[in-house]
Parts: sequence; structure tokens; C-alpha cells
Amino acid sequence: MIAVTAAVILLPFLAAVAGLLGSRFPRGARGGAADLAANRRAALIAIVPAVLSMLLALWTAYVSLTGTGVSTGTLDVIPTGSLPISVGLLVDPLAASVAVLVTVVALAVQVYSVGYLAGDRRYPSYSAFISLFTSAMLLVVHAADLLVLYVGWEVMGLCSYLLIGHWWEDRANSRAAVKAFLVTRIGDVGFLFGIFVLGMAAGSFRIADVISQVPQMSSGTVVTATLLLLAGVAGKSAQVPLHTWLPDAMAGPTPISALIHAATMVAAGIFLVARLHPVFAGAGPTLDVLAVAAALGMLGAALAALAQDDLKRVLAYSTISQLAYMAGALAAGADGAAILHLITHGAFKALLFLCAGIVIHTVGSNLMSAMGGLRGRLPITFVTMTVGFAALMGLPPVSGFFSKDEVLVSMERALAAGPLTDAAALLLYGCALATVAVTGAYATRAWLRTFFGERRAVPLPESATPHTGLAKSATTPGFPESTTPHTDAPEPASPRAGLSELATPHTGPSVTAHTDSPEPTTPHTDLFGSAPSRTGGLREAPATMLWPVIVLAVPTLLLGFTGVGFAGAADVHWGTAALSVLLALLGAAVVYVVWRGAPLADPARVLGPFRVPLERAFYVDSLYRALFVLPVLHLARLVARTDDRVIDGAVRGSGRATLSLSGLVRLTQNGNAQLYVTAVLAGVLLLAVGAVVLG
Amino acid sequence: MHVVYPAVVSALLFSIGVYGVLARRNTILVLMSVELMLNAVNLNLVVFDVWLRDRLHSGQVLTLFVIVIAAAEVGLGLAIILALYRNRATVDLDRLRALAEFPVPSPEDADDHLPENATEETAGQASRASAATGPTRPPGRDDTPEATP
Amino acid sequence: MTDVPSYLSPTGQEIVFLLLGVVAVGAALLVVTTRQLVHAALWLVVCLGALAGCYLVLTAEFVAWVQVLIYVGAVVVLLLFGIMLTRAPIGRAADLDSRNRPVAAVVATATAIVLVTVVIDGFRTAYAPLEPGGGSAREIGSSVFRTWVLPFEVLSVLLLAALVGAIVLSRTDIRGRR
Repeated sequence: MIAVTAAVILLPFLAAVAGLLGSRFPRGARGGAADLAANRRAALIAIVPAVLSMLLALWTAYVSLTGTGVSTGTLDVIPTGSLPISVGLLVDPLAASVAVLVTVVALAVQVYSVGYLAGDRRYPSYSAFISLFTSAMLLVVHAADLLVLYVGWEVMGLCSYLLIGHWWEDRANSRAAVKAFLVTRIGDVGFLFGIFVLGMAAGSFRIADVISQVPQMSSGTVVTATLLLLAGVAGKSAQVPLHTWLPDAMAGPTPISALIHAATMVAAGIFLVARLHPVFAGAGPTLDVLAVAAALGMLGAALAALAQDDLKRVLAYSTISQLAYMAGALAAGADGAAILHLITHGAFKALLFLCAGIVIHTVGSNLMSAMGGLRGRLPITFVTMTVGFAALMGLPPVSGFFSKDEVLVSMERALAAGPLTDAAALLLYGCALATVAVTGAYATRAWLRTFFGERRAVPLPESATPHTGLAKSATTPGFPESTTPHTDAPEPASPRAGLSELATPHTGPSVTAHTDSPEPTTPHTDLFGSAPSRTGGLREAPATMLWPVIVLAVPTLLLGFTGVGFAGAADVHWGTAALSVLLALLGAAVVYVVWRGAPLADPARVLGPFRVPLERAFYVDSLYRALFVLPVLHLARLVARTDDRVIDGAVRGSGRATLSLSGLVRLTQNGNAQLYVTAVLAGVLLLAVGAVVLG
Repeated sequence: MHVVYPAVVSALLFSIGVYGVLARRNTILVLMSVELMLNAVNLNLVVFDVWLRDRLHSGQVLTLFVIVIAAAEVGLGLAIILALYRNRATVDLDRLRALAEFPVPSPEDADDHLPENATEETAGQASRASAATGPTRPPGRDDTPEATP
Repeated sequence: MTDVPSYLSPTGQEIVFLLLGVVAVGAALLVVTTRQLVHAALWLVVCLGALAGCYLVLTAEFVAWVQVLIYVGAVVVLLLFGIMLTRAPIGRAADLDSRNRPVAAVVATATAIVLVTVVIDGFRTAYAPLEPGGGSAREIGSSVFRTWVLPFEVLSVLLLAALVGAIVLSRTDIRGRR
């Protein structure tokens, strides 16, 4: 069992090593055909171990869920002088089911990426990083020791950084990567110290030992440790107040957003809290903090999602919101509900992102103002994405309905009894219900804006001349827009959007879309091996991108019925369920009514003056910039200036002082031999006198 | 005879020689002062030879040797002084500043005892250089190779 | 050496020696202070001659004659030649002393004080009875050519080398190897 688990973890790791070292081996040729050959080989290296790993993970989960329960194995114990580190693995239903999620989504993303990044020069390293990430995530999931878990945790952060910055040629992308890295690092410092506090208090880093030792610890220790851990959780799972990196992380390729920044890595924080849930259950204040952060995060992020124009940012804020749901469930003491939602969310959010990737790939822009009317052009994507949005809204019978129901029920129960204080529980439940409505609203808005209405993809005024801004946004699907929030609130957020507004009234659905003209699609072809058709308008994506979407849609639809061993269709709480569905439909209905009024305009316009704050996500980024970034920059400049003036000045000054002092000494070095002899004789005399007197 | 008397005379002679070496600027006078110091030593040698009744008369023999060496030293020294005089046109010790790291002109060097042709040539160069680079630059020293570019 | 005669009743030899010593020291002082270069050389003759007298009193007669011959005869003449060849000013010259003079005076005085103090302190009780004939030419000759013959020969080589060196330095038509 443990050996199989080790294989599950090691297979992607070996794939990563092989992909990094072997894709161009032995010739190391670059360019053109060599790139394509390397990409083919890298795809093979990445996908085959992913398939094997997924099959093994499925088997492990089957065995674990049907009987054997928990099994642990220690590969090695590293003596450190104080507390030994036991390199061990752990298989239990929790780990096994999350591992299945990870491997399935990873495989889907790997397959999807073959089409999405066909022709990309750096595809081999990209796929290797995904393999490395998969391995690290599996290590986190299966780790039996907190420090081993931490290793995987950090490697995930590294992979996230590398993959967000995949297109680092664009400065905004590398900045987004650095931002994600730094913000999660802040949390990870707390996380590491939390591990130390727990390990020292328990006398062991083994998770089982730590959990068993919790009753013996003082409450202060537990609260301190869990609060520190919570910092890491907030950083990794993008919870308030460390959530700001996630929307910017959408600068990475869309499959990466699907895998790392929606389905798996961001769920690692939630998973960790679930893994150490007995510890957290013993720390009431920490749960209160978690509940308040989750409540603020879920409602705030959902509202922010309501106003975004960038499809990926909508999904990113929705991820923050849904993760906050899980955190809220954990705070309410229902780790089963949280994990169920984690798994269903992993499935449907990965599905949504992959579908969004297809849409973006086809349209050539991230902005919803450039989409619309894609229902007929992308029928498969439309169906699968509809399933995903339904799961996001929590509509029956899709999986999200069941998991969200569980979460809401657990929060409702926390009102009556549970570790939370009444105020925190009330806030949490109220926010959760409000968020259901807002979720319905923003999901409906995104759905309508993307697939319904009239096509807003329009020809350029002179379609023969390449438009630099357009070519750029077609080459790198919309990153410049995605990382810079639009400051001017109404529709014309980008040049293309402005054009669409001008052109729409007299073009209508019959015009040839801009992607038909050869010029903008040429860069398209460079990036994606199979360009959208040049004659037939917008067309479905290649099969490697469609199949993962279809495969992911199945669990999104059906996962709720299986229950994944935690909860399921059998125990749906109809009262809460009805309330939440009602709320979601209410939100959806409002948006629909607004949209009906003017199908071409953005339903978010009814937000009026609140739209800009929502689009900027309540100015949290600006606040952080004013509070932390600018002072740090000023401090850095001060340090640099101090270094330049004071420290270097001291060095230079000491040099100059020595020179001038030596000038004084040099006065005696005037070449007069008589003076020298005088000095020598005087010295001899002094020595003689000294010898006589002292001797 | 008390040994103190010749010993004190010798000490006084030696000190006078030291003063001469340190205070005189003419090299020949310095050479004379060196002779004084050597003679002070000779006196000591003789006295101690007499006092210790050395069978080998090492003191007196050494005195003879010292006299011989002094003669040789004077011969060589004068040869060096002559060579110096030929090259630098001076035998004043405090003008021979080639040992200095950055030779600076001393104020008393305004009236140099220079060879006639050299005086005009280098002085002309120095004035031209100072006119070119401004009044703050000190005139180049003439007896040092660096200062006359 | 066991019983030292009193300092208050000097013998005749001591009186003569002291007189000669005063002459020598005074002449030496004039050598280093006179303002005329040639006078300095002549005062040096007086000083060296007085010293030769001292040697005679001290029974070192051979050394005394050598002193007169070599020093007074040869060295001083050489020095006079040097003065002449360097075109030194004849007559009073104001700049025979360098600016180092005060320091030199201090150092020389200190040297004198230290040396005299040490010498008096060390040889207060030393007494050397004088016996004639101890420094005769026979004695010194036998000593030189028996005991000190090897240093004597080495010295002659040194003298030769100095001679050659002086010639090489003095002649302007001998150039160093380029």
C-alpha cells in the first residue's frame, strides 16, 4: 500500500526530472522542427506517468475507502539532534480521495496543455513543472510528517511561481509571479514556525503523534501554533488577508490556473486544516479568526467577481470565494463537508477554467466584453461550461449542490452548537447565504456574457493592417488586460472593447469576425499548433483540449451522488438546500432580467457607483501598496542611499583620511638623509637610555 | 693612568663627530666628522689595550687597521663626492633629495647652484609649465628627474 | 686595579694627557663649528695631532706615528684636495650648517651626556699603569705579522679594492655597462 503510494508520488517526480533533462536530449537543438519534436517527446514523458499515477491513486483510494482505512509507513528517520524527522507516508480516505482529485485534474491539464501550448518553445519545461507540482502536491497529501509536508508545500510554491511566470517576456507576468511568491512566502514563514511550535510541544513531527498529543498541550500553545499555521493556510489558499496574489496569478497559462490556482494547490491549505483538524478543533480563537476571515473572503470575493470583465479573474475571485466556503466549513467544525466541497470544487473549477481556456483560445481575449454568442460556435464547451457554472451556483443535481449543501448545513449547525462564538457563527452563516445569491449572480453574468447575446467579436476598421495591440493580445491571450484592473469603469476597457462598442450597431452577427482575417491569426498559429479556422469563423478547440473538458464534466455532474465517502445524496438537508437554491436562482434571475433589458451591455452596470470598488476588489491591493509596498520601497531606497552615502562614504572617507594622514607622515619622508640619520641616532639613544634605566 | 680620562675624551670626540655628521651640510665636512668619530674609537681601542695588557696587542693592531680602513674610506668617499659634484653640481647634503617620495621644493632652493646651461633650460621649462597649468602649480625641482618632464 | 690611586693627585702623565685631550676636543669642536672650510681641515690636523700625542702618552708609540703619517699626512691632504676639487668657497661661508643644526645639537649633547655618564660610571675604578715599550714597533710588528697576519693581508686586498673603486669613480671616461 505504502509502496504504491510512493510510486504515485515518485512517478510524476521522475517525469519532471526526465522532462527537464531529456526532452531535447541528446542533440539539444532549438527552433522549428526540433522544438516540435521536443514538445512531442515532453508530452509523452509527462502524460504516461500521469496516467499511471492516476490509475494507482484510484486503486489506492478504492482500497482505502472500502476497508483498510489508515495505513502508514516510514521510509526513513532522519536524526536531527533534537526531534527526528521521519520520512513517512500516510494513506487514509482523506488523503486517498484528494490524491485522486490531484491526479485526475493533473492528467486532464497535461492532456489539455498539449493542445493549448502546442508550438510553445518552453513546453517541455512547462510540462515538467506540472509533473513536479503534481508530485509535490501528492507529497503534501500523503505526508505523515509535518516537515515532509512542508517540503511538498514549498515545492508547490516554487512550481506556482515558475508557472505563473511562464510567459515571463511580459513584465506584468513576471511581476505577478513574484507577487504570488512573496505573498505566499509571508504566510509560509508563519506556517513553518507553526510547525515548529506544534512539533516542539508534541515532541514529534509525525502528524499522528501531534494529534494524539494535543490534549496534553496548553491552550496557549495550541492557539499560537494554529494561528501561525493559519497564516500559511491563508497564504496558500488565498484567504483574506493574503488573497491578493490569486487574481494576479491568472497571468499564467489557463491550464495552470485550472490546476494550481483553482483545483489543487490553493486547496492545500484547506487540506492541511482538515488534516490537522483535531488540533484546530482545540483552538477556539483560531477557529473564530478563520470563520471571520472566511466570511469576509467569501462575500467580498464574490462581489468582486461580479464586477470583473476578465473571465479568468471572475473565476479567480470565485475560487477565493469557494475556498472561503471550505474554510468556513472547517471553522464550523465540519471537515468532511469541507473536503467534499474541496473535491467537487476541484473538479468543477478545473472544468470551468479549462472551458474558459478554450473560449479565450478561440476568441483571443480574456475580456468578456469581447465574447458573446459563442453558444452556437462552441457547443461542447457551452454544455460543459454550463455544467460547471451550475456546480458553482450549487444547482441540483450537479455535484456542487451536494457539497455546498453540506457546507451550509454545517454552518447552520455551528449557530446552535460548535466551537465558534455566536457572533462569528452568525456572521459566517449570513455571509455564506449572501454569497450563494451573489455567486448565482456572477455565474449567470459570466455565462450570459460569454455564450449568449450577439457576437461582439468584430472586424477591425482596416482588417488588412495588423493592429499591434490586437496582435499582442492574440499572441498572449489577454494577459496584459488580466493583470491590470481596468480603472475606467464602463465598457471601453481595452482598445478592442472600445472598437466593439463603436462597431456593434451596424455590424451584427453576419460580419466576419476578426479572427477570420489572416493578420491577427498569424501570431495565433505560432502559439497554438492548430489555429482557429480561417474560413469558418470561430470553431471548437482541438481534441486534446476538448476531451479533458468532457472527462472532467462527468465527475462534476455525478460526484455528488457518490458522496466520496464523506457525505452524499443520501443525506441532503432539504430545507437548507431549498433556501440556497432559491437564493442562487434569485441572484441569477436579477442578472437575467438586467441582461434581457440590454443584451449587449454588461449587467454589472446596475451596480452603479459600487462597480469600480468591486472591480478593484475593494482596493485591497491599493491599500497593501500604500501600507506595505510603498513604505518598504521607501525603506529600500533609504537603505540604498545609506549604503551609498554612509557605508560607502565611510569606506571612501577612511581612504581619504588615510591618504591625508599619510600626507602628514610623508612630510618626514623628505629625502634629507641627515634627518633620517638624526632620527636613527635619537632612536638608538632612547633605546640605550631605556636599556640603562630599565635594565 | 685612570681609564676614565681617555674614555671621557673619546666620548666627547665621538659626540662632536655625531654633531658634525648631523649638522654640517657640506659633504666633505661630514667626512671630517666621520674621521673624528673613528678617532674617538681608536683612542678607546688603545686605552683598553693598555689597560688590559693584551699580549696580542689586539687593540693597537685594530687601531692600525681602522686607520687604514679610514684612509681607504676617505679615498672612496672623496671619489663619490667628486662624482656627485660632477653630476649634481653641488655637495650639499640637504639638496640631495632623490630619496623623497614626492620631492617638494624647499623655499631656500630659489637660488640654486646649478650648472649654467641646465639652469636656463629647466627654469624655462618650469615657468612654461606653470604658465600652462596655472599659478598654483609649484615650479619643478631641477635636481630631480620627475619634475622636469 | 685593586687599589685605585686618588683622582686628586694626578700624575704628570695624566696632566699631559688631559692637556692634550682638551686640545683635541677643542680642535674637534672647531672642526664642526668653523665657518671656513679650509680652517676645518686645518683644525682637524690639530685635533689628530693632539690625539697622536695622547697615543704617545698612552705608550702606543707606533700607533701614534702611524696616526701622524696616515691621518695628518695623507687623509687631511686628501680632504684638502676634495675641498679644492669641489670648488668650495674659500673664506667664510654662511651656509656650512644645514637647517638640521638645532636637532643635531640636541642629539649630540644627549649622546655626550649618555656616553660620559656611562663611561664614568663604568670605568671609575679602572686604572691602567703605564709601562714604556708596550706599543713599540717591535711589539706591534711581531703581533701583526704573527697573530694578525691574515687580517692584515685581507686588509691589503680591501685597500686595493678601494683604490680601484676610487679610480673608477673618479674617472669620467669609464662608463657603466648599458
